[in-house]
Amino acid sequence: MANRKASRAVDIAPRSLAEVRTETVECDLLIIGGGNAGCFVATEAKRLDPSLRVVIMEKAEIMRSGACSAGMDALNTYIPEGKTPEDLVRWSRAQVGGGPLREDLALSNAEELNEAIDDLERWGLPILRDENGKIRYRGKWDISIHGEQLKPIMAEKAIEAGAEVYNRVVGTGLLMDGGRCVGAMGLGVRDGLFYVFRARSVVVSTGGAGTLYKSYTADSTDSGAQIWMCPYCVGSGYAMGFRQGAELSSLEQRWVATRTKDFCGPVDTISVGYKAPIINCKDERVMSRYAHLGGDAAPRFIRANAPMEEWLAGRGPCYCDTRNMAPELVQAMMTDYLNERPSFVLFLASRGQDVTKEPIEIYGSDPYIMGGHTMGGFWVDMQRMTTVPGLFAAGETAGGNPNKFVGGCAAEGKLAARGAIAYMAAGLETPDEAAVSAQVESEKARVYAPLLRGKDYDGVTPTEMKERLQRLMDEYAGGSSQFYRTNEERLDYALRHIKMLQSQFAYLKAADLHDLMQANETMDRVDVAEAVVHHLKARRETRWAGWQTRSDYPGRDDANFDCFVETRRDPATGEVTAFTRPYEQLVPGDRFKA
Amino acid sequence: MPPRILTEKCNGCEGLPESRCEEACPGNLMVVDAATGKARCRCTRDCWDCMSCTKACPRAAIETRIPYQLGYHKASLRPIMGKEHITWKCVDIHGVETTYKYRNRLAVAPATQTDKNA
Repeated sequence: MANRKASRAVDIAPRSLAEVRTETVECDLLIIGGGNAGCFVATEAKRLDPSLRVVIMEKAEIMRSGACSAGMDALNTYIPEGKTPEDLVRWSRAQVGGGPLREDLALSNAEELNEAIDDLERWGLPILRDENGKIRYRGKWDISIHGEQLKPIMAEKAIEAGAEVYNRVVGTGLLMDGGRCVGAMGLGVRDGLFYVFRARSVVVSTGGAGTLYKSYTADSTDSGAQIWMCPYCVGSGYAMGFRQGAELSSLEQRWVATRTKDFCGPVDTISVGYKAPIINCKDERVMSRYAHLGGDAAPRFIRANAPMEEWLAGRGPCYCDTRNMAPELVQAMMTDYLNERPSFVLFLASRGQDVTKEPIEIYGSDPYIMGGHTMGGFWVDMQRMTTVPGLFAAGETAGGNPNKFVGGCAAEGKLAARGAIAYMAAGLETPDEAAVSAQVESEKARVYAPLLRGKDYDGVTPTEMKERLQRLMDEYAGGSSQFYRTNEERLDYALRHIKMLQSQFAYLKAADLHDLMQANETMDRVDVAEAVVHHLKARRETRWAGWQTRSDYPGRDDANFDCFVETRRDPATGEVTAFTRPYEQLVPGDRFKA
Repeated sequence: MPPRILTEKCNGCEGLPESRCEEACPGNLMVVDAATGKARCRCTRDCWDCMSCTKACPRAAIETRIPYQLGYHKASLRPIMGKEHITWKCVDIHGVETTYKYRNRLAVAPATQTDKNA
């Protein structure tokens, strides 16, 4: 049991790879990413088998890392009395326009859901209850919390359970034995060491991928990271697995949401939590236009896209109409924001805005890949094992199962831990040592190359390449500036330029270890973006307008695309191929209704 | 300019193996400058404004600011961390102050809370 603290940043300027020290850590279960899902993998694994050596490779410091670092104001799913896990799957299915979705995964997650949330409350998370002690529902499935301390609460339990946390170690690549995963490697961003984690099984839980697309607030100014998704979740987990041949599922179902304008903050807090209707500049109720699809309860992608459609039609700006809110409700709403994105309260103060006089403006977010919200992530089996043996995925990193949110990512962490333990119990062969050390040397060379080139090298900075990618994705692969639309020709253009970026990895340079982390993150972003574009290209229909809009194929095509779009990258050649997998309806009922 | 360091208050968490703000930042953005001994943000445009550094600072030496391109000068939001409560003091650009206080932890069996302010 240990939370291994990082040191202050050191300045290292190695002149050769030989000067970079390698630290090898042996463990049974390696968890890459100690966020929401990762903390639950650790607690469950140690609960089931306290003798296991469980190690977390954590990019930041586990108390405040990842998407939950700022806190949380609600848990979007908790099955109420009288409802069943099947009902939750029906709701999730309707929210994604009838699917396809992995109902097998969704159902097993739903069965674990409430227990995982009960754990959080037992660990000290305040869940709001009414005067009779009953949990207070915000909407049909979501409950309110005071989750400012959500992340430290989860992290403390993972440490208490006995996990060993290596903070400030950034995962860069998997360690393979033939086609099987036997660990991972990473960069010590404070101490400059190259870390090699040898493991019997690995769970990747690095979150989703923000920052692939340009945000409309990125004005070459101080607001480059004003996005809704945590900007430090860049998709490294997807990239690491993809480079080793793990199959990705459904990345074309991007997460795009209606967010507060100019500060990409949550909107469900206002529109669902406080019933503030969405209106356009003419004071018209926007969702009434979608009455045939459920109006205010329409599927999520329709609600996300609706305000942007108003803008396109010349009826923007749009607002959440907070003008009729009573003062005590405003106080409660601000408290919710302080729990999840406190700086939104600061934003309103910096606009001098009284929300009872001036409504809160809303707009579409930049697109994210997030397997906990929509369903882009690794294809996994019921044990949460990816198509690479020994490599498991949980939370935002695992695909096929949308609407997991905090509770579902926690539940899936438990399932992945059980899967990994069962895999280890089956008995594993000893890895080929020569092959392992060759990989360590080649990965070390790849990771440190930008630093060895040095800051005076006439090359490309990580930020320059990141911003080139973000603009490319925004304009050609359906970003917010294009109202999420794209077509075959634009996607081909994006792919050509992604190939050019990949060929220019050889010019990346880094001045220090932080820069070196960013250089590696940028390479990961480019590799994930390539997969996203292949997914968008392969789905030649428009199934979830906003999340996935093809101008050249504007309608839904059930005959050809009521199925999953998948990609796999050949580890030897780097060539990406797209294919489909069939959808299977397991929970009976009308797919479009909850 | 998201995190603004009040240099007269910051002592770089002298004596600690790692300063509280550099420990807290999920983006590895905070660093103590070797020359001045004060904390600074490596790159303000990479800041998410999550306020983890502001909550963690034991000397209230960090203020989070909304980038001017998005919000006007000058509003403030200050977290005061208690054991099981948090208090926020917000002042808008017109000088209107609002205070929020609520419970952020339930009492449970002893646990080590390392994410607290002094």
